[in-house]
Parts: sequence; C-alpha cells; structure tokens
Amino acid sequence: MHANLRFYLLVILVMGLGVGLILYKHFILGFPLLPDDKTPVWTIEAKIDFSARGGPVVVSFALPPETPDIVIIKEDFASPDYGFSQLTSPSGRRAQWSKRAVKGAQTTYYRLSLYETDQITSSIAADLPSEPEKPEFDEVLNTAAITLLDQVRNRSANTEIFTRELITALNSKVPSQNQSLLLSERSSDDYKTHLIINLLAMEGISARIVRGLYLEDGRRRQSLTNFVEVYIGGQWLLFNQNSGIHGKPENFLIWQRGDESLLDVVGGKNSQISFSIIKNFQSTRNLVVRDSMSKQAGIIDFSIYSLPIEQQNAFKMILLLPIGALIVVIMRLLIGLRTSGTFMPILIALALIQTTLLTGIVIFLTVVGTGLLIRSYLSRLNLLFVARISAVIIVVIVIMASISIISNKLGLDQALTVTFFPMIILSWTIERMSVLWEEDGPREVLIQGGGSLLTAVIAYLFMSNRTIEYLSFNFPELMLVNLAFILLLGQYTGYRLSELYRFHSLERRNVSGKS
Amino acid sequence: MFLASPKKLRSFGIIGMNQRNFGLISRYNPRHLYPLVDDKLKTKLLAQQAGITVPKLLGTLHYQHDVKLLKEILHPYDQFVIKPVKGSGGKGILVITQHDHNLYFKPSGDAIQLADIERHVSNILSGLHSLGGKPDSVMIESLIQLDPVFSDYSYEGIPDIRIIVFRGYPIMAMLRLTTHASDGKANLHQGAVGVGIDIGTGGALHAVQFGETVLHHPDTRKTFSELAIPHWDKLLQLAAACYEMTGLGYLGADLVLDRDQGPMIIELNARPGLSIQVANYAGLAPRVAVIEALKAIDPNPQTRVTFSKTQFSAAAKPHTPRLQHTRCDDPR
Repeated sequence: MHANLRFYLLVILVMGLGVGLILYKHFILGFPLLPDDKTPVWTIEAKIDFSARGGPVVVSFALPPETPDIVIIKEDFASPDYGFSQLTSPSGRRAQWSKRAVKGAQTTYYRLSLYETDQITSSIAADLPSEPEKPEFDEVLNTAAITLLDQVRNRSANTEIFTRELITALNSKVPSQNQSLLLSERSSDDYKTHLIINLLAMEGISARIVRGLYLEDGRRRQSLTNFVEVYIGGQWLLFNQNSGIHGKPENFLIWQRGDESLLDVVGGKNSQISFSIIKNFQSTRNLVVRDSMSKQAGIIDFSIYSLPIEQQNAFKMILLLPIGALIVVIMRLLIGLRTSGTFMPILIALALIQTTLLTGIVIFLTVVGTGLLIRSYLSRLNLLFVARISAVIIVVIVIMASISIISNKLGLDQALTVTFFPMIILSWTIERMSVLWEEDGPREVLIQGGGSLLTAVIAYLFMSNRTIEYLSFNFPELMLVNLAFILLLGQYTGYRLSELYRFHSLERRNVSGKS
Repeated sequence: MFLASPKKLRSFGIIGMNQRNFGLISRYNPRHLYPLVDDKLKTKLLAQQAGITVPKLLGTLHYQHDVKLLKEILHPYDQFVIKPVKGSGGKGILVITQHDHNLYFKPSGDAIQLADIERHVSNILSGLHSLGGKPDSVMIESLIQLDPVFSDYSYEGIPDIRIIVFRGYPIMAMLRLTTHASDGKANLHQGAVGVGIDIGTGGALHAVQFGETVLHHPDTRKTFSELAIPHWDKLLQLAAACYEMTGLGYLGADLVLDRDQGPMIIELNARPGLSIQVANYAGLAPRVAVIEALKAIDPNPQTRVTFSKTQFSAAAKPHTPRLQHTRCDDPR
C-alpha cells in the first residue's frame, strides 16, 4: 500500500505540475487556450508638421506612458536627417528631434503599435498630487466662480459627486449667468479643462489635465481629447470634462498626464499635430510570446520559443509524438488492438500529416502491397536476412520513386508527398508482414496490418487537429499531463476490450453451468 | 452478445493480458532469469543437469558459415527437428519425418531439398524468428515419436501438454492437439485444438478450437471425453520441478509424451498465454489466489503436486469467493 501511495503521489505531482504550468501560462502570461484567439492591435501614427525658420530646430513631443494595461509592441520615429533622442523625465517620456539649420515645411512621424491587456492599472505610489494652487481670477470671474461652487457644493455629498456636479453644471444646456461668464461658447477645450482644474483648486481639490486618444479604426486627422483627473481618496480618478462621467472609456489611450506641453517646437512656427489610427488583429499567442520574451519571463525565456525558427518547427512535430504514444498505449492496453511494431503507427501517422489522410493511405497500401509482391519473389532467391531487408529497402525506394514520377507525369501532385513516408519503417513493415504471411497466413497479416493502419489513422486524426497541435506546441507542459495518464494506464490491470470478445464463450458456459 | 461483461469475467477469475503482465509476469518472473528459458539450449542444459528428460540434441549451428556443415550433421538421421534457439511461439520450427535420397519430407508429406533446409537455417541464424531480430543459433533435435495414446487425436504432428506452474505448483493444464488447420503445429491461434486437462486426473475437461467449443477432433472425429493422459503424475512432477530449475514464479512448461522415452520437457515459457483459461473454461485467478495464500512454498515438487491435485481437481469443491482476490490486483 505504501508503494501504491507513492505511485499515486508521483502521478498527482506530475499531473499537478503540468496543469499548474498550463494555468500559469494561461492566466498570468495570457496564453490563449485556443489557436484562433485574436487580439486587436492599434497602430497610431502621429504626424507633426511645422515650418522651420531657418535656424536650429528642436522638436519635443510627449510620448504615451508605459503602463501595465497596455503593451507597446513597436515604436518608430521617422524624420529625414534629424538627430533623435528619447528622454525620460518624471513627467513622462518625450521624443526629441533636432537639426542645426533647416528652413521650410517639415514633417516628422511617430508610429506606435500597442494592444491592451486585462491587467488593472495599479496606481503608482509616487504619483502624489502637488498642493492645488489657488487661481487668480479677476473680480467678476471670482464672484461667479464662488457662486457656482456654492451651488454645486450644496448639491453634493463628497468630492466625487462634487466633481461630477461641477462638470455637469459647466456643460449645462441652459447656462446660468455665472456659467456664461466663466465659459463662453467659443472657449477652447484646453480653456475648459484648466477652468475645471482651477475651480477644483479653489475648493482645495487636486486635479490635473489628461490628454488621450480615442482609438477607432480607420480614423485620420484626429487630435487628443482632454480629460480631467482628480485626486480623491488616495487615487486618481478620471472624469470626462464634457459629461462628468467617471472612469476611463473603452478604447481610450492616455497619452499624457499633467500640464506639460504636448508638443514644443523651438525654431519653427505653425506647428500642428494630427493622429491617424488603424486597428488590425493579430494572433494573441504571437503577441504574448513576444511580450514574455522581452520581459524575460523565465518559463518563456527558457522554452522552445527561444530556439531558432527551424528548430521550433522541428519541435512542433516532435511534441506531437507523445499524443501518438498515448493513442498507441490506449489502443494496445485498453482496446487490445494488435499492431505490427509497437510505434510504427505513430511514424505512419506523422507521414499522414504531411500527405493528408486519403492520399497517405493509398500511397501506404500501394507501397506495402507492391513491396509484399516483390518480397515474395525475394524469399525464393535464398538470400541472407540482412541482405534481404536491404534489398527490400531498395525496392521500397524504387517504388516510391516510381510513384512520384508516374503521378507527376499524370499531374497528380498529392502523390509527390510519398517521400514523407519513412523508408526504413516501410521496409521493416513489409519484411514483418511477409514473414507473418508465410508463418501465420494472410488472416494475421490483415489483422495486424489493419490494426496498425487503424491506430495510425486515429493517431493522425488527433495529431492533425489544429487545437491539439497548437496546445502541444504552446503548452509543452501538456506532456506532463500526458505522462501522468500513461503512468496510470501502465498500472491498468483490467480487461482489454478485445479480451471481452476473446473470453466471451466463457461467460456463456459459466452462466449455463449455474442455471 | 459478442462481448462478455468485464464484471462477470472478473467474477469467474479470468486473468487478462494487462493483469498477467503486471501482476504475474513482472511480479514473479525476475528479468534476469528470462535468458534461461528464452535460450532453449540453456534450458536443455539446465534440464539435463536436473535429471529431466529432454529430446536428444543432434547438433547446433552458430554462424552462417556453419551452414555448410549441415549436410554432414544431418547425414546420419532420417528424422529430426530444426529449431531456432531463441525462437518464440513455435516460430521457425521445421520438422522432417523422412529422408529419401535427396528429398526431405515434412509431416504434411511435402518434400523439400537440402537447399531449402539450408535457407531455413540461414534465416534462423540471421535472427528472422528470434525476439527483436537478434542473431540466433540453430539446434537440431531428435524427433519425438507420437505416443499411441494420442494417435487418434493428432493430425500430422505431435501434441504437447502445456502446464502452468505458479510458484512451483501446477495450477492449470492444457493439451494442444495438432490439426489440419494448424498445419501440424500445436499452436492454438493457428487452429490447434486446446483441451483443458483436469489437474487431479489428467482427464480431458473441455476442448476449444478458434475459441469455440468442440466435442471431437476436427480431423479424426474422435471425441475427447475418452481422452486421458497417461503418466500424468510424472508430467506434473516434471513441470513442478521446473520452478527449482529456473526460479521463475509464473511459468509455462511444454511437455510431450514420447513413445519410447516417456514424458519429457521440450520448452519453457516465461510469458505463457491465457488461452488455457478458455480451454479449461476456468479462470486462473482463484488458483493463483490459493497459492498466494500459502505461507511457504514446499521445497519438494512431489508434495506440491499432491497439493495441486487435491486443490485443483475438477472434483474438488469450488473455491470460496474470498480467495478470488489475487495479489495480481494489488499494486506493488
């Protein structure tokens, strides 16, 4: 019993490790469980136009911050003959283009590809607000502001509601006198944002401007939208300055926080910035692999993904073999199917993957059938065993070449895949079948040949399944789960399906014997 | 129904392949002892040392160039059997019953020439019939003479008696009769008739061919009910003694009755098949359980045979269900 316990512990350990790794990769690293899982990837292009005065030019442009809820795949900075550097300051990242002397219309580009993840942004501890500065309004405005604030204060219970009510009041369709004074219809977005921030500051509430971009596919000449971020209860809350709605809208990329300028052009004028946005879908798995590689997540960094592509492709095939092995174990231990050669069916299944099912079976039967005919002649030649099997190998190659050439002439391209069949295995199969034929007759050949082919086809159906192929390659941990199953099956002492037939006459006798 | 219910089979004590491999072979047969039975020359040598009768060895061939010597070795004999030393399942056995000028005759009457025998020998040496295709040796044995008691039950071949010996105790026996369908070979899946033999008396219990009950021999039409094997005690003792000889706990002993020399052992098998259960209409598990329940193995084969005869005789009362649980079911 003790050994038994140890065995099951081992199985559970192996199984647990496999399942655990799969869950880790799925939930923490974001590996999708299905091959068709796609993620929208946004490509944003910022185009900066200005006309240079002829002297030295420095263009400084704010870049979106790197937060955990977005993954930046690629950033490009394109501008002809400009010196370029990327600066990181406490207020965020900035790109800087510079040139000694330039005149006329200039354009620089910044391109960014990113996708959003499910991870929640944790507010950064260092991101504390500065003490709000009381604004200096002239007397009229000051009175209007104080009146408005009083009204809003009366209607609100806490800071959050206060902020919302303030924004709603400012955007009201039927403006009161105070509002009209503070905010005329022609006021720019920036003016409105700063007005809100100033009004909040009069109440002693810290707030800052947030500029962001609505991500919509196929949009051109977009500009950034202003939001207000208010520091409430130890964290920053985002408010839409036109509606007062709280929270980050969907598909909204925060480009810049704080009052620093978005774009500074020194030595130029009429600077303009416009954004265009394109959305496309990419395989989630590819994105996750790239992201994990760049983050150097240990489990990915030391995985098959770190191999050259060619080796990766080889492993795609190799990692399917355990699936085939499991099928063979099930077929032999549970079903009791007899096959010629234990793992020959797996190799045939691998060949079938290359040739497709029907073509593969036809080719297999043709090669083995023709081989058996020629082999029966060889057995009359009185050859030594090793020489005979070698002769069979050559015969097999000749048959395969003939199939290729003939089918090529006939225009049957599928049959050209005959070369994917393992020649040595086919030769051994022919040799074994031939001996079996001589010793046990054609019936046994049919049973074992049929069993092998059936196992191969079932293994093929599993191994060629897209989902299984995807899972076995991207979750090599599945091998551990597979191993646990094979270990369990290795201890199966019950009857095989074939034995229920083999011993069926016993049941009849025993029943009649009792009655 | 073509399928039996696994529950019923289990209640009859039928042992399946998985249980045999796991609970009997790998538990009771240490791997390092396999060569003793897989190599028939070694078995023969062991048996001779133990004073057990075996067919006389006429010659051996080990290398391809020895094939030239074949003619000389065979020259004095009219009847002989050529076997691969490491063959399995009766594969590669060539029986010659008559030699006339240049022609050799098989039991079926087919004539072959020396060149054919040489090719057969060469195939064996190349490993065609051995496990895993390893190079093999050839042994040439004297032909066993059919005992008249079987003459009515045998077609073109010598019947043999398979006795399953578990930890030294014979627990089940079966007589394998050659038929036309089996091409003179005593191989059940080729169409030989398997006759379950009562361990207590040596009398026939029940016969099957291709898994179905038969009441008389398909070729000679003789009914099996009158069949009883002579020298039964001697056969059981020979089989039981193989336990001391090889150390294998689960063993199939193949014996024959020679007209002149009486009972002898021709082959031992470390992985005996399960068809014997069909021929006996009984499962191995209850009998295995009886032996496993024993506190100690009796060192005397004679005593063990006596125990088996009383325990496993068809006349003995059926075993209590309590004993049906074998250690084969237990994990190690």
